[in-house]
Amino acid sequence: MAITVRIPTPLQRLTSGQGEVQCEGTTVTELLGDLERRYPGVRERICDESGKLRRFVNIFVNAEDIRFLQGDQTAVKDGDEVSIIPAIAGG
Amino acid sequence: MGYVIGLKCRECGRLYPKEVINVCEYCFGSIEVDYDYDAIRHRLTREAVASRQPSLWRYRELLPIEGEPTVGRASGCTPFFLAERLAEALGVRELYIKDDSVSHPTLSFKDRVVSVALTRAKEFGFDTVACASTGNLANAVSAHAAKAGLRCFVFIPADLEAGKILASQVYRPTVVAIEGTYDDVNRLCAELSAKYPWAFVNVNIRPYYAEGSKTYGFEVAEQLGWQAPAHIVIPAASGSLITKIAKAFKELQLLGLIPEARTKLYAAQAEGCGPIAAAIQARSDIVKPVKPKTIAKSLAIGNPADGYYATKAVLESDGWAETVTDEEIVQGIRLLGETEGVFTETAGGVTVAVAKKLIAQGVIPREESIVLCITGNGLKTLEPLVGRLHEPTRIKPTLAAFEAGFADQIADTTRRISRS
Repeated sequence: MAITVRIPTPLQRLTSGQGEVQCEGTTVTELLGDLERRYPGVRERICDESGKLRRFVNIFVNAEDIRFLQGDQTAVKDGDEVSIIPAIAGG
Repeated sequence: MGYVIGLKCRECGRLYPKEVINVCEYCFGSIEVDYDYDAIRHRLTREAVASRQPSLWRYRELLPIEGEPTVGRASGCTPFFLAERLAEALGVRELYIKDDSVSHPTLSFKDRVVSVALTRAKEFGFDTVACASTGNLANAVSAHAAKAGLRCFVFIPADLEAGKILASQVYRPTVVAIEGTYDDVNRLCAELSAKYPWAFVNVNIRPYYAEGSKTYGFEVAEQLGWQAPAHIVIPAASGSLITKIAKAFKELQLLGLIPEARTKLYAAQAEGCGPIAAAIQARSDIVKPVKPKTIAKSLAIGNPADGYYATKAVLESDGWAETVTDEEIVQGIRLLGETEGVFTETAGGVTVAVAKKLIAQGVIPREESIVLCITGNGLKTLEPLVGRLHEPTRIKPTLAAFEAGFADQIADTTRRISRS
């Protein structure tokens, strides 16, 4: 088993059009590292030069915004669902 | 023909063709519509606007459609008036109400954005439209989709006011009530929009949709005699309306339709959901998400899409922000009703109460022009008022019962007549 990561439309070109991919890791940071290994180029799109998540990217672990959890140190485990979602939506 | 050159990322400046795209593929920044202002300058004169039908499409050149408007042709051009009795109550000289509580056809400013979004959605060839909504948007998408003959899905938090749910159902859309907050609804819609070929008005065609809010600002300036007010108090949910009113005044100025606009913008939020107000008061560009808890459900967005841009627009204008309690919101609704005869929803109560607070604090000066943005109708949010107003007195249908039951009120009117 692994962790399901939902990929937003703007990044699907890097995942060969897949909207969902499987990754591994114990924290969000590790998960994003694994995502980058499998689909090179993803990280620079969602993180800025200093490695921090970009202002307009939100990450959810099992439907909860990681800013209400432990940010990029939020723990993840097999079977979790992680969504990468552009912040500019709604209202 | 349209006047849109293309789309542009507000952050990194990357250009995109005018397609269905809502965020920059590289930095996830906000996508803005880029117009050919030189071409518009020759077409959009004060005289041209005045010669057109009273609808939001008077400003068609500044709206991101390609052909003729096909949706919401009777929307917009809502009342704008001097609010003398409210001005007296608040102790200010020149106060105006821009009243979208009577917007056609769904009684909120969302008719504006949806008219633009669905006209554009039809041009793109979509046959199904959808939205994530706190109620007003769902009403507007449902109604305009019905008239346009489009299939429609609306996604709302399950605990909305009864009136806001019913006022979508009547147009027979598919109403999806989500067990969660608006932010949950929004996240789900962002995921769904990646999967289904529908026009989610405030997700995948949001750059076009959001432009419709500019017409609120255009109308304020036109109705004020082609000038921008000194101060404008705007309710904030996603923050989009603030940014688009600011853009509206800037565009009119750029086109020479109004003199230099130095309008100070004020964001109005509820204490139970004030992430934009908090960022403004901290003079910070970081908008921290919150878990909303307020009766102003239409403003209950804890993770506002345009929070960053709204904060920037307010601070750049030298404006400010304030929040009010649920009790103050109810008082705001009552004050507007009792002084101006306008029944607004909870969001309007927030606007009135925040204006009152900012005036009392001396933040908004008493001698300059002030506009209050009333964006929704009170009949849709009755719940917070139940038990909070003067109850009707029940009597038998006789003269004696009336005079016995209302002796005080009768005496009061008699005194007034004898005085005058």
